[in-house]
Amino acid sequence: MTAGVPGAGGSMIETRDLRRTFKTRSGAVEAVRGVDLDVASGEIFGFLGPNGAGKTTTLRMLATLLRPTSGAATVAGADLAREPQTVRRRIGYVPQGGSTDPAETGRGELVLQGRLYGLSKADAERRAVEVLTTLELDGAADRPTGTYSGGMRRRLDVGLGIVHRPMVLFLDEPTTGLDPQARARMWEEIQRLREQGTTVFLTTHYLEEADALCDRLAIIDHGRVVARGTSDELKHEVAGDVVRIGVDGAGASVLALVQAMPFVREASLDEDTNLVRLYVDRGETAVPQLLRSLDAAGFAPTSIALNKPSLDDVFLRQTGRSLREEAA
Amino acid sequence: MTANATTITVPASGLEKASRTRPVLDTWLIFRRSVILTLRQPTWLLFGIMYPVLYLVLFGPLLKGAVAQAGGGANAYNWFVPGLLVQVALFGSAFVGFGLIAELRYGVIERMRVTPMSRTAMLLGRSLRDVVLLLVQALIMIALSIPFGLELNPAGIVATLGVLALIGLGMAPLSYAAALALKSEDAFAPLVQGVTMPLLLLSGILLPMALAPGWLQFLSSINPLTHAVDAVRALFNGQWGDPEIVIGVALAAVIAIVAVRVAGRSFSRANA
Repeated sequence: MTAGVPGAGGSMIETRDLRRTFKTRSGAVEAVRGVDLDVASGEIFGFLGPNGAGKTTTLRMLATLLRPTSGAATVAGADLAREPQTVRRRIGYVPQGGSTDPAETGRGELVLQGRLYGLSKADAERRAVEVLTTLELDGAADRPTGTYSGGMRRRLDVGLGIVHRPMVLFLDEPTTGLDPQARARMWEEIQRLREQGTTVFLTTHYLEEADALCDRLAIIDHGRVVARGTSDELKHEVAGDVVRIGVDGAGASVLALVQAMPFVREASLDEDTNLVRLYVDRGETAVPQLLRSLDAAGFAPTSIALNKPSLDDVFLRQTGRSLREEAA
Repeated sequence: MTANATTITVPASGLEKASRTRPVLDTWLIFRRSVILTLRQPTWLLFGIMYPVLYLVLFGPLLKGAVAQAGGGANAYNWFVPGLLVQVALFGSAFVGFGLIAELRYGVIERMRVTPMSRTAMLLGRSLRDVVLLLVQALIMIALSIPFGLELNPAGIVATLGVLALIGLGMAPLSYAAALALKSEDAFAPLVQGVTMPLLLLSGILLPMALAPGWLQFLSSINPLTHAVDAVRALFNGQWGDPEIVIGVALAAVIAIVAVRVAGRSFSRANA
């Protein structure tokens, strides 16, 4: 029976009020505090947030590795709590820190993985060759994975996740620690998977990755989803353009000044960098007016920058913190 | 199924059909992989029998008088070597958790836990590898003892290997369960040392417990390993009527069954 297998365009992952609390010596820690997600089949869905936001915990719950404290989820058409075995059969999961034994060969790992998913010996061997060729690892197939480069090992990790042709592939920080070239390579692989109809659910703390790769994304912070939508939708929510003004040692007074201006929608002060950040309707007309007003009030700006809103602005607006600085 | 023809992925043949887990096949797959990977780093062999060999060569010659005095039979080595074989079994299985901690760190365990494979097979496949390796080590140990004058009883050796396998099936799963719980070598090493050393000293492997004061004899008598040692000594020398055989074998079997169940459970729930 394959009842419950979701059709194209339907929902591939659905979570309702998913929560996870860890008991530690210093008390209970709420790592995930009520996450609602809806991932459509065939899309690349990104889970963006700083380290410790609850991304990996959520992913591990959806991959049957961690039991939710409460809440419900349907993954690839099967109920997470009642049918974990069916979920396991239909998903692939690529953990963050690697998944291979350095003494085993790439081929050995892939054949074993296929067999653990129920393929016959012959099928598993054939499939291993297929995956190795697709990921351009065929030259290194019979070398121990301990001799692979970081990018190769990461590709093999993905290979192990797709050996059984899952409906959903979970990728936990797929490009963390990779050099730019290997990262671009990994993005191509992920896009190719989507083209072949695999739903991809990935976590990342890279803004560029979420922006360039994901069809839709959810921003998570402190265990809660604070924003969701396509990258463009999210940026659109940050109305207008972003202006950053630096005035040495006078951040607070400048903030008070610009907040009183009619075309400034929102303004905030970053205490660490002493930058005043404001959202304005039309940046190109706002900047000259800002400069004039600052000048008239006796402030000399040390820097001024005008940008279209980025995902970082979305994150900052929702959380009051910059993701770029968190990651650094 | 409705007429919805466009399911997203075509499952590979047989995938959805195999809805039950296949513990025997999975155990075999994990066993095979573990053996191959262990043989790629053959230092295990030296490491595992290093101490027993040192005891055989540097300590065994001291034993002649003590064994005779305690009524251990005419051939001191036929008394001593069976105990060393139990030591091989103990060391060959108590430390296997180290390997699991490495696998946890590589992410291999997590990767397997997300597949539909049998959780018991994750434990049994590895434990059976440990049993096979410790039996090989025991055979090497027996061969090394022959020049010292060890007398061999073929049926006794077969029976001895059976008990050693039971000891391995008792200790290896417990070692894995401890490794899953502790997840770090720094915590695991002192625990295993702290458990194996008293077990070893109280088992009468090195010297006959008949020489010990009463309180030490009592502690020794509540050590399951003592009974395994006594059983192995009787079996190895073909003393089939010795009542210690039943006690020792039964204890080893019960411990093995409990250990596999307990550790099997920690494999199914472990949150690495």
